[in-house]
This record gives sequence, structure tokens and C-alpha cells, in this order.
Amino acid sequence: MLGYIIRRILAVIPVMAIVAIFVFLLLRLTPGDPAAIIAGDAATPEQLERIRSSLGLSDPLHVQFLTWIKLLFQGDLGTSLISSTPVTQMIGQRIWPTINIAVLTIILSVLIAVPMGVVAAWRHRTWVDYVVMAFSVLGFSIPVFVIGYLFIQAFSIELRWFPVQGYSAPSMGFGKFLSRAILPCLTLATIYVALIARMTRASMLEVLGEDYIRTARAKGVKETIVLFRHALRNAAVPILTIIGTGFALLIGGVVVTESVFNIPGIGRLTVDAILARDYPVIQGMILLTSGIYVFINLLVDLSYTFFDPRIRY
Amino acid sequence: MLRIQERLSHFKSYGQKTALVLMASAALMAGSGFATPAMADGKTITAVMHSGLRVLDPIITTAHITRNHGYMIYDVLVAVDENFKPQPQMADWSISNDNLTYTFTLRDGLKFHDGNPVTAADAVASLERWGKRDSGGQLIFDVTESLEPADDKTIVWKLKTPFPPLLETVGKQSALPPFIMPERVASTSPEEAITDYTGSGPFVFVQEEYQPGVSVTYRKFEDYVPRSEPVSWMAGGKEVKVDEVKWVTMPDAQTAINALLSGEIDYIEQPQIDLLPLLQTSEDVTVETRDNLGYQTMGRTNFKYPPFDNKKIRQAAMMALSQENVLGTLIGNPDYYTVCGAIFGCGTPLADASGSKTLTSGGDIEGAKKLLEEAGYDGTPVVLLQPTDVVSLAAQPVVAAQALREAGFNVDMQPMDWQTLVTRRASQAKPSEGGWNMFFTNWMVPEISSPLISAMLNGRGDKAWFGWPKDDAVEALRAEFITADTPEKQKEVAVKLQKHSMDEVLFIPLGQYASPQARSNKLTGIIPSPVPVFWNVEKAD
Repeated sequence: MLGYIIRRILAVIPVMAIVAIFVFLLLRLTPGDPAAIIAGDAATPEQLERIRSSLGLSDPLHVQFLTWIKLLFQGDLGTSLISSTPVTQMIGQRIWPTINIAVLTIILSVLIAVPMGVVAAWRHRTWVDYVVMAFSVLGFSIPVFVIGYLFIQAFSIELRWFPVQGYSAPSMGFGKFLSRAILPCLTLATIYVALIARMTRASMLEVLGEDYIRTARAKGVKETIVLFRHALRNAAVPILTIIGTGFALLIGGVVVTESVFNIPGIGRLTVDAILARDYPVIQGMILLTSGIYVFINLLVDLSYTFFDPRIRY
Repeated sequence: MLRIQERLSHFKSYGQKTALVLMASAALMAGSGFATPAMADGKTITAVMHSGLRVLDPIITTAHITRNHGYMIYDVLVAVDENFKPQPQMADWSISNDNLTYTFTLRDGLKFHDGNPVTAADAVASLERWGKRDSGGQLIFDVTESLEPADDKTIVWKLKTPFPPLLETVGKQSALPPFIMPERVASTSPEEAITDYTGSGPFVFVQEEYQPGVSVTYRKFEDYVPRSEPVSWMAGGKEVKVDEVKWVTMPDAQTAINALLSGEIDYIEQPQIDLLPLLQTSEDVTVETRDNLGYQTMGRTNFKYPPFDNKKIRQAAMMALSQENVLGTLIGNPDYYTVCGAIFGCGTPLADASGSKTLTSGGDIEGAKKLLEEAGYDGTPVVLLQPTDVVSLAAQPVVAAQALREAGFNVDMQPMDWQTLVTRRASQAKPSEGGWNMFFTNWMVPEISSPLISAMLNGRGDKAWFGWPKDDAVEALRAEFITADTPEKQKEVAVKLQKHSMDEVLFIPLGQYASPQARSNKLTGIIPSPVPVFWNVEKAD
């Protein structure tokens, strides 16, 4: 197991190196000039050139790349060209809202979707199954911003239960955090509930046809135990995979939801950086996101052993 | 890992394990730390500004949001009032009889936010840094003999030749006002952004709460001594009547509207015009025009390459365009736009509409066709840059392209994001090799209200603003304007510039539009001005 983990962690190095080179080159090939954003509309060509030079953007590509790589080895993602703020500080400020929203969304999604999927499989081809599947189709199909606006209209403007927008850290009070996070999380959860419920249903349907389930039922084991201990546990691997991927997607940035609910997360940070051609921030964000994907995939793989003891590395 | 597995195995059921995972998640969330916009309270104004603040140096950039930030935390020596007259702000002045020496005297009680007094040396360093970045400032420094502190409170500015509009230039509010910073900060290279934000103005920048592009907090500077005169634009007494002002960025226009309606914020600087009806139905919100001058939208051609290196073809392009069509598409509601052919903007002292008849009366497609024929237009494609991600610039290229096509131009409209456009417009390559022929942008009217600051009236060829016209006549007229020592003489030169600019089609003014603000009725005392500032503003409980 330990050897497997070390091998997986070592495998991160070439992945990240390829991502770093690819991102660096791709950004330099994209048209755009951070100096123009900094200088504003009235800048003359001479002023732009001077700013480019002071930012190091006039240096040859290989010099810029080596400078960046050198900083990376020192654990420094560089400094934003636009705001002159260290990229690590910017990410540090913006990642927690994203993580918190992602965690809460996944918790809500799992709590709602797994029982839904189990029940749909258990009551296969009944109205319960059809309702769950219809909800899944809707959850996939309605754009997330429409759901967000509908929730705001209903729960914030009409009923006045929750604030319209904004984010408050859990450290400022968990109730306050929940009151601001619940609508964005419910909005995002709509998609993930649909996704996880479908996956749970499909996986459960497969397992429920197995001999050991029939044996358990024949032994007179209670149906809830059959479903949740025997069947669900064995159906867990694909469900975990989809939860892990979903979590990584949420961390990678959900810019539409962040915009609709005004959450200062890393999705907006990335989009703003792209629009401003803030190279160090974009590079830092893509490296971070790649790292998160690799890490979450590792965690998902390891978690298989937790739910299915037959799996060994 | 094995130990963790063993421990986890004590939790027998799926439910117990799930609960464990949930508890771990809650702990993860509870451990995190950053907070953002809180609900507005009695002593804090929460405002949604037109864009996020990312650049904190108001000298390195002409971005309006950074200039507005500059006014919050810095003060200026002189400020132009609503009649375009310079008024004392940090300093009074006297002018020698030969108009060559300006002596500024700092008023009593001026302090930086670190508690140190503002001295003449700070002001000199700030002016010098500004003079290297600002186009008007560069003109003054071209004729400067010396700029020195005579003592702690006195600044002596000696000129080689008279520069009558010096006070107006030092006191202007756009694009770069000369904000007064401590000498140690102002000694930073003008091409490098400052990192010390010690200000001299009525609000203190709260650095620990700043999140670039997300939120910025300003706290009342208790030691700031306001002038006694009433406020007028950026002049007069800057009396702060709240404890804090928070600027928050809301990328979604509808969210900002909802937040104002529900009382979570107090102010929106530029609500989207098509969403105004939502606000106008509320009894708790007022929609009003803060800045009567507003913005001028305009088109610029590339003088270096065909077809717009030909004056007649430029004239044909202008003749084809109609301000009414552009503004109607861009703004829609006629309450918020005005056709205006003045290159210095309507409502300004230098405004004159000579040469703009076709633009302001619906365009003349037939006339444009004739002109094109006379000019011998050979169908060279017009590469027209179209930004698709900026609401206030999306309509102009589309309307213009249609008019130009009707007149017989072969238009190649190229959609792109604004960042690509600003890079592309800086390219002096041929249009077929990554260059361009025409683009559009908007200016706040004070930014184009004088020949000294209007970027389009620079005729220095490759050193001019994008489009690079080589126009000695416009340079001569600008020099004449500098020496004009009365408002009447200045107006005379301005009219000549208007006629010349429209004849040469240095740029195509496409009309003026206002950008209304929306405020909670709890807020009173917002200063009518092109720059949104928060002194003088009161917030009721």
C-alpha cells in the first residue's frame, strides 16, 4: 500500500511538468497583453513597451520560462502581473470559499442522491423509479444559472429566508456560513444529485441481481440491511469514482454559480485572470487544479479499500 | 494508512462511516478562514462599483476604478470644480507676473495615513512621477525649468515658457490626477507599481481586508482635515460621514440588482440599463444620473494602411455612420443618450459641433457612396475589431459594419475578446497580417474635454495613440492652445481643432451617453460628479 502511494505521488511529477510546459507555452501563444490592462486605454505604444519591460514580458520566452520554473522550485507561484499580489496569497484567499462550497455540495448531494438511487433501484420500473429518473434528467438539463436565479427569487426575494448573495467563512459563525452557502450548494447539488442518483441506481441494479443478495434475503435479513450494507457497499466503487470526479470538478471552479451568488472562489479568480492575461495567476491555478485532480483521484483509489476490502494495492 | 483503515473498521455500518466523513468535512470547513462582503450596517456603505479593483497604483494606470480608488485614499493639490475651474485643495497658489513661476503653499493640518505631515518634498516627488506618465503632465514638464520645495510647505514651479492651462492640468480628474503620496512612495519608477499605499486623503485603504478583484475596504481617516468650502466635483470639503466604505465586485448584474433590492448593499455605480425597470419599481431605491457629462463613444481608424490612409475614404466612412443608430442600439433608452458631434464632448467649455452634421442627423449613405467612388476605393477589406465581452462596446462595431457595407465598404468584422483587441490595436502590422483598420472605444467626457488630454488629438505619427496619424497641423493647433491665455482664445483654438479633426477624421465621435447610478434611499449626499466618491455621503439607520 505504502509503495503504491509513493509510486502514485512520484507519478505526479511528470504530469505536473508536462502541464507546466504546456500551460506556459499555450498562454504565450494566446493573443493578449497584460501591460495593456495595466496601462489603460490612453497609453501610448512607448508606455506599453516600458511596462512590458518592467514586468519581464519583453524577455525571450526561454528566459521567462526559466524564471518561472526557478520560482516554482522555491515553492513560489510568482506574483500577479495585474495586482502585484503573490499568487499563493490570492489562491489562499480564494480557495476556501470554493472548498467549503464544494464540500457542502457533495455532502448534500450524497445525502440526497444515494438514498434516491438505492430506492429507485429497489423499486425498479415503478413510479418511484420513474420520478427519480425524471428528476435526474431535469437536474442535468436545466442550466445551473437558471436554477440559481429561481432559488434566489423564491427563497431570498419572496420568502426572505436567505441572503441573495455573498459568502461568510465558517469561522465567522457556522449559521451565517450556512445561510449564505445553502442556496449555491443546493443549486450545484441539483446536478450532482442527478449524476450520483443515476450512477447509484445503475450500480445497485447490477448488484441487486447477484446471488449473495438473494441468499441474504432468503436468510431473512432485513431489507434495509440488504440494501445499505450488502448491496450498496458492493455498489460503492463506481459511486465513489463519480463523487471524487464531481468534487474535483467543483474545486476546479464553478464560475457560473460563483458569479450568480457572488462567491469569491477560484473559478472567478481563474476566469478574471484569463480575461486579464494574468499569466502567473493562470499558470498557478492550472497547476493547482491539476494537482487537486491527481490528489483526489489518489484518494478515491485508496478509498476503494475502505468500502471494498477485497481491493488491495 | 493501515492504521487509519483499522481505526475506520471500528465504524461498522455505512451510516457510521458516512457520518465520520461528514464530520471530517465539517471540520475542514470550520478550519477555513476568509470572509467577504457582510450585510450592510449602519456605519458602512457597501457599494458595487463598475469593475473590480486590481491595480492599486493610480499613476501607472488610467483605469477608472483605480483613479476612483486614488481619490478615496489620496488628496490632490488642486481640483477642478463643476465649472471646470481649478480650486485649491491641499494647496493655495500664486502666479508671478510673467506667468513663469507658480508658488504652491500647502495648507495646515495635512497628514499622511502613517501620521507624518505632508511636506513640499512629498508633493514635488508625486508631481514628478505623475509628469512621467500623464500626457498633460509631460507637456508641462517639457517647459519646466525647475520644480522644487522652497521649504516644508512651499513648492516653487518655474517654467521656461508660460503654460496657461497648468492649474487645469494639475487639477484635472481624468485620466491621471496627480495624487500626493509620501516621497518614499513617489520615488518608485513610474513603470513599476507602488507597494506602499500610505495615502493623504479622507479614507484609509485597509490592506489586510483587500482581495484583488473581489472587495476593498476604506476606513475613515480620523486625522483628515476637510476644507471649509462646499463640495463641487473633486474640489471643496471632503467630509467623511460614515465609518467604512466597502467596494464589492459582483460579476453578475442581476445579482447586484437583487442585492440592492433586498438591502444587502447600498449602491450600484453602473447598473445595466436594461435592468433599470427592476429597480425603478422599488420605493427603497433611487435611480439617478450622477454624472451629467457621461461618456463619449467613438471610432478610430488606422491611418497607416489602406483604405483609411486616404482622407476621402475616412470621410466616406464617417458620412455613412449615424449616431442615433449607434446610441439607439447601444443604450436603447433615449433618456440616457444624446447625439453630440463635439470632439470635446457636449456640456464642456470647449464644445463645438462643427463638421458633424451627417453624424448627428442620421448619416448619409448616398453621400458616402459618392465619396467612395471619387476616392477610387478598390474594395480593400476594412478589418473591423469587434469586442464581444464588453457590453458597452459590443453594439458599435455591428452597427458601423452594417452602415459601412451599405455605403460600399468591404467589411471584415473580426470578433474577439477585449484583451485580444487591446493587443491587436497596438500592432502596427498590415491589417492582413494581424493589424487592423477600425476599432471603437468609450471615454469619460472629462478625459476628452481638452486638446491637452484627448489621446485622439495627438498627431505624432508612430508615437501617437493607436491609429498613428501623422498630422503636423493638429500638433500646431495643440501648441497654439497651450499658449492661449484666456478662455475666449482657448475656445477659438478648440473650434479650429474641431473643424480640423472632423475634416481629417482623426476619430469619429458617435455620441454621448449617461450611466445612471442606483442607491438605497438611506444614502444621501452623493456628489454629482464624473468620479463616484463617498465623502459627504450620509447613511440613515
